[in-house]
Amino acid sequence: MKKDIAIEVNNLGKKYKIGKKERYLTLRDSLTNMVKLPYELITGKTSLKKQEFWALKNVSFEVKRGEVLGIIGKNGAGKSTLLKILSRITEPTTGTITLKGRVSSLLEVGTGFNLELTGRENIYLNAAILGMRRREINKKFNNIVDFSGVEKFLNTPVKRYSSGMRVRLAFSVAAHLESEILLIDEVLAVGDAEFQKRCLGKMDEISKKQGRTILFVSHNMQAVEGLCNKAILLNQGRIIKTGNTNLVIDSYLKEFSEDKLSQKWSWKNAPGNKFVKVKKIEVKPLRKNRKEAIKVTTPLEIIFEFWYLKEDGKINLSMRFNKITGECVFNSPSCSKKVKKGLVRSICHIPGNLLNDGIYHINMMVVEDSKGIFYLREGCNFEVKDIKRRGRWFGKWPGAVRPKLKWTIN
Amino acid sequence: MTEVSIIKPKKGLIPIDFKEIYKYRELLWAFVVRDIKVKYKQTVIGGLWAILQPLLTMVVFAFFFGKIAKIPSEGVPYPIFSYSGLLLWTYFANSVSNASNSMVSGAGLISKVYFPKIILPISATLRGLLDYAIAGLIIFGFMFFYKFTPSIYLFLLPLILFFTWMLAAGIGFWLSAINVKYRDVKYVFPFFIQLWIYATPVIYPASVAGQFEWVVKLNPMSGLIEAHRAMILGHHAINFGMLGISILFAMIIFITGAFYFKSVERYFADII
Repeated sequence: MKKDIAIEVNNLGKKYKIGKKERYLTLRDSLTNMVKLPYELITGKTSLKKQEFWALKNVSFEVKRGEVLGIIGKNGAGKSTLLKILSRITEPTTGTITLKGRVSSLLEVGTGFNLELTGRENIYLNAAILGMRRREINKKFNNIVDFSGVEKFLNTPVKRYSSGMRVRLAFSVAAHLESEILLIDEVLAVGDAEFQKRCLGKMDEISKKQGRTILFVSHNMQAVEGLCNKAILLNQGRIIKTGNTNLVIDSYLKEFSEDKLSQKWSWKNAPGNKFVKVKKIEVKPLRKNRKEAIKVTTPLEIIFEFWYLKEDGKINLSMRFNKITGECVFNSPSCSKKVKKGLVRSICHIPGNLLNDGIYHINMMVVEDSKGIFYLREGCNFEVKDIKRRGRWFGKWPGAVRPKLKWTIN
Repeated sequence: MTEVSIIKPKKGLIPIDFKEIYKYRELLWAFVVRDIKVKYKQTVIGGLWAILQPLLTMVVFAFFFGKIAKIPSEGVPYPIFSYSGLLLWTYFANSVSNASNSMVSGAGLISKVYFPKIILPISATLRGLLDYAIAGLIIFGFMFFYKFTPSIYLFLLPLILFFTWMLAAGIGFWLSAINVKYRDVKYVFPFFIQLWIYATPVIYPASVAGQFEWVVKLNPMSGLIEAHRAMILGHHAINFGMLGISILFAMIIFITGAFYFKSVERYFADII
């Protein structure tokens, strides 16, 4: 094993048997099966072959020390199984893993919290469960309490905590672990935005300043993108892509999202309220060849049609482009316009060479007198593909947008 | 020097890794403390329950068996005779019962973090020692009341306690592991332990069994209970033969239980 490698996974596989067996067996079931099985075998109702299911197969990768590796994939792709094997909760069926350093896993925030015990008691219990020594805990107790921000409630049973407080307390215990390798699974799915930011900051500090290795499983692409320098993409238990985080995320997004270039509704099932009913939203690429993909250079028209249900009013539209990771790329308001009851049709022109490559969602808001009266979420989804570039650089183009601007160089 | 660990599929019989259990001793202790704290946190009289359980049982038994049925008690006042048996029996029965449920009630942890799972049944059998100690104090009050001098063998009591723990832990290993797969254990065991007390010389001396004395003697708890009583009360000599059988049983059950537990442990997280 090379010196700077912290985790080496070699040909890892995990097989589960699935069949008629239920999760909770009783002795009765086993006994009746013993009687039933020969009969069912003869009549051909069942076969002895158990169905096998490989939750992971032929998984191999390496993680360098101090590296933050993101693991992404759909639900059921094998991400959690991988972390469970790495943290030794369950055994692999094939393959070996070599880990250099103490490993601690944070598979669910607050694992082992006991609701009857106080915050202080739970810090000690939780830390012991995560593998911290008592001496270590004593030393870090104040830091843990400070980071969690629950010092006022240290002697209150955790059952009286809000769920946010529990998460904060649990994360701060985990964040103060001194292990060289940290396995983290979806911890950021909970907690408020401000705390999530702090968690991400802490994780960044752990990896960059303290040089510890992190494996991070998440569905939050923004978090993966922001934290990880490398990523692997799992699908059906196999690694289908590995490398630079941006590239891996992109291929995940490409693989698992479909363009929704237009949506139309009839009067009956149109989304809306007592002011507005939506008829249609469409992304119309202006290109010569209809089969051609939308590229960075393709100009677009966003067509939005709706029935205005009030007698008359002065409205404007506000269109927001979000990346698939949830962040807003831009928000563009239209001019206001007096409209009468009936169908309203709007078009927004988006020039070529504005959007960066990636996947976008379009949200549309109808505004009347500076008040949003209707909001259409994710009206369209579409992907903008990269063009063949000149030059030698092929990395992911950074930035939310990619405008072609006028330059002067002297 | 960073430690290097290797994870790969295990095969064959796996012995208990005492080194690893020692490494996790703080967690074991944390579990014991947690369970004791939680147990008494929401009770009004807290630790007094430890005394009340054997004490009330003793009162009932003293009334029915001592007063009405007039079961012989080897010349010792029946209340201290039965209390000295119930003291150890209560520890044993509660420990086995807690241990057999320990894996199922720790399911949340087992599927989330790694630790040697065997410390769950072990901690479940250790936490009763506090109750034992609290309830044990009472017996000296009784002896003072009945003007009984303690036996000179009292110092051997920790030994008895150790082998009782070993037996409870051994049965706990078996039952907790079986309980993961077959939840029947939860229903069968309380019923079984209720019957078991009558097959053990807890509330009667082994000598009353007459021609069935060998049944009593083969019961691994018999030698321990009898020796426990003799060491406290000193009313007759310790039957080392019977104690030997019990210790042998305790060791066999402990070792086989530990092997069985280890051999099925690997799939606990997958099926629990």
